[in-house]
Amino acid sequence: MDPTLLAQWQFGITTVYHYFFVPLTIGLTTMTALMQTLWFLNGQDVYKQMTKFWGKLMLINFAMGVVTGIVQEFQFGMNWSEYSRFVGDIFGAPLAIEALLAFFMESTFLGLWLFGWDRVSKRAHLASIWLVAIGSLLSSVWILIANAFMQNPVGYELRNGRAEMTDFLALLFNPSVQVAFPHVIGGAFTTAGFFVMGISAWHLLRKSHVDLFKRSFQLGAIVGLIAIGLTVLNGHEQARHMIASQPMKMAAAEGLYVTEDPASFSVLTIGDFEGNEVFSFRIPTLLSLLSYNQLTGVVRGMDDLQVEYEARFGPGDYRPPAFVVYWSFRAMVGSGFAMLGLAVVALVISLGDLTEKAGRWLALYPLAILLPYVANSTGWLMTEVGRSPWVVHGLMKIEDAVSPNVSGEAVLFTTIVFTLLYGALMAADLYLLRRFAATPELAFGPLDAHAAPDLPAPSLVGTD
Amino acid sequence: MTFDLNILWFILIAVLYIGFFVLEGFDFGVGLLLPVLGRTDLERRAIINTIGPHWDGNEVWLLTAGGATFAAFPHWYATLFSGFYLPLFLVLVGLIIRGVAFEFRSKSPGAQWRRLWDWGIFVGSLLPALLFGVAFANLTRGVAIDADMNMRSSLFDLLNLYSLLGGVAGVLLFATYGAVFLSLKLTGELETRAAGLARRLWPFAAVAQILFFGASYLETDLLTHIGINPGPLPFAMLATLLVAGLFILRGRNRGWTFALLAFTIAAQTAFTFGLLFPRVMISSLDPAYSLTIYNASSSPYTLTVMSVVALLFVPIVVGYQIWTYWVFRKRVEAKPEGLVY
Repeated sequence: MDPTLLAQWQFGITTVYHYFFVPLTIGLTTMTALMQTLWFLNGQDVYKQMTKFWGKLMLINFAMGVVTGIVQEFQFGMNWSEYSRFVGDIFGAPLAIEALLAFFMESTFLGLWLFGWDRVSKRAHLASIWLVAIGSLLSSVWILIANAFMQNPVGYELRNGRAEMTDFLALLFNPSVQVAFPHVIGGAFTTAGFFVMGISAWHLLRKSHVDLFKRSFQLGAIVGLIAIGLTVLNGHEQARHMIASQPMKMAAAEGLYVTEDPASFSVLTIGDFEGNEVFSFRIPTLLSLLSYNQLTGVVRGMDDLQVEYEARFGPGDYRPPAFVVYWSFRAMVGSGFAMLGLAVVALVISLGDLTEKAGRWLALYPLAILLPYVANSTGWLMTEVGRSPWVVHGLMKIEDAVSPNVSGEAVLFTTIVFTLLYGALMAADLYLLRRFAATPELAFGPLDAHAAPDLPAPSLVGTD
Repeated sequence: MTFDLNILWFILIAVLYIGFFVLEGFDFGVGLLLPVLGRTDLERRAIINTIGPHWDGNEVWLLTAGGATFAAFPHWYATLFSGFYLPLFLVLVGLIIRGVAFEFRSKSPGAQWRRLWDWGIFVGSLLPALLFGVAFANLTRGVAIDADMNMRSSLFDLLNLYSLLGGVAGVLLFATYGAVFLSLKLTGELETRAAGLARRLWPFAAVAQILFFGASYLETDLLTHIGINPGPLPFAMLATLLVAGLFILRGRNRGWTFALLAFTIAAQTAFTFGLLFPRVMISSLDPAYSLTIYNASSSPYTLTVMSVVALLFVPIVVGYQIWTYWVFRKRVEAKPEGLVY
């Protein structure tokens, strides 16, 4: 069994799974903080109910993000020890800083917020939810700084057989971070916006808690529209950066085999991904326009880049699996534009009475909750798979990064257990989210969960 | 040997593990005792709530220790985690199940549902508590590290008598520590029961610790290798454990008992790191293959950057964590109206 392939699958599964929870954590924590701020400022009960309701869903989601994040902290050493040795001097620093600055802040103040409703002043309690939100934002900054080094290595020198840090500030201000951070944060707020709109729409269609969910839908629409708008605009910046730093990824995302100038944009290409197109619908010059903001400009194709890379890095296949990259890119962009449209409609109908005529549109939004998840996952798939064969672009290949002392069987075993465990936890998570989303009364306080019956003791180790 | 950043980072990582075991130690104990101590659902909820606001923050000490090891000693991080592959995997599985269980168990009323998650809390506390003992015992005993810094020990090499004794000793100590913690944080009958558990557990914990301590002289190079002279530390550790036992048996001075056990745990962790120093991982194949704070470390530049960051932020983190313990200093009552779910 090939440990490299298995380790890649494990990384893919655990990371995509972790990222199901992260964007909602970031976005919904901030939205909960906004709601609590409104309550703090004007004292209306409905805002307290909103804080409690969305806060409860945030907590359920938060727990999953936290526990799946533990794996992320350790799996570089477990499955990718050669990678860890090669980049530890650089990559370890943002990870350690993330834990020190962000994880402590998130976890400590989340505990304070959850248990502190009656223990600290209203002001301190409000501050604690904001600190959780800031912590989650800080966390994303540092992990993106780490990831950016893999995409676009800067601030280093090759010494002692590894990459050593020479300029910490260059690492922090990596151009790749500057385009990735707004995109990721935009995606996170989009996720939260659509999550809030979807569940609110479900209740509004049933005329349940109309005031609460009308205000929630409106807030979701505002946050969602701003976020998706910025994400789409920034996606353009990111593409321009990618053309310069990782042209092979761009070429794969576009299914572009032969260099073009001006380059056309592929709306739909069907081929065998060996360069033989069966069908292709392309818009002339659009890709050059997107890449350089002008009507001309060379966009290099995979075949030409392959020749160039062989000359630079020696023999080998430098083309990523175009099928995955191409379709991930389309799924991400497609759901992005669908969300942009839906967010505009949401804002328009928010201005009217959501339970009347305009409300017919509402039926779309519960389903639309899936869209940001598609975009988030495929976006990272494209980013990470599109970098292959490199683990650190231009410096280290994936095949050289795995742990030489971990057998394929061991990786297979842990991958299977992680997958089964994660599957079971997902079922529990969805069950609880559904339960609390459908019955807001469960979250309103202060007597929230006391309806729970007094159960007999489980006889785990022979109580009594 | 002059003091340098490599030594500073070795000490910082030791401090992070000390923080982790001192704080998460009673969390593990609470999880271990949950099924024994909590007879009704309400009681079990009250028991969980004693660590409710804190367990997640306590766990971050481990994540930070992991991150700091990566940043300051990449080879240590790589060798340790790829080498202890399956034990670490089981620790992760335990921590995942436990964390989710704390958050999920009370969010649905079914008896089956809650029983499942209560099991999860127990198993999720047992696995890490046991395996950290096993792992640290192996670290001081030495593992099969080759010339390329790769660990070649199989799972069965790691499960030797000495390391298993270390694991069991750890579990018993954490359980005792957790019982004392619970007797400080609960009220009424639960408090009495927790104190009773501490009384019954302590003798086992003490015997296991003394055996493990004795075995350490035989199984490690404690007597021949001169790293840091631990001085009276090991004896102070045993003394505090014994004095704590006297207090427990007499049912007095619970606050002091807790502090003494915390010191025991801290001293034992410090002792373990002292045994290693200046190595971070000992090779049983050839002393020359051992990883040290010099051949496993990051560049001086990275260590400098990280030192600045750590010295700026560690005090802040410690400050607000202490503050939250102060906020939640009150005992938890097993009454529905005070409990947060």
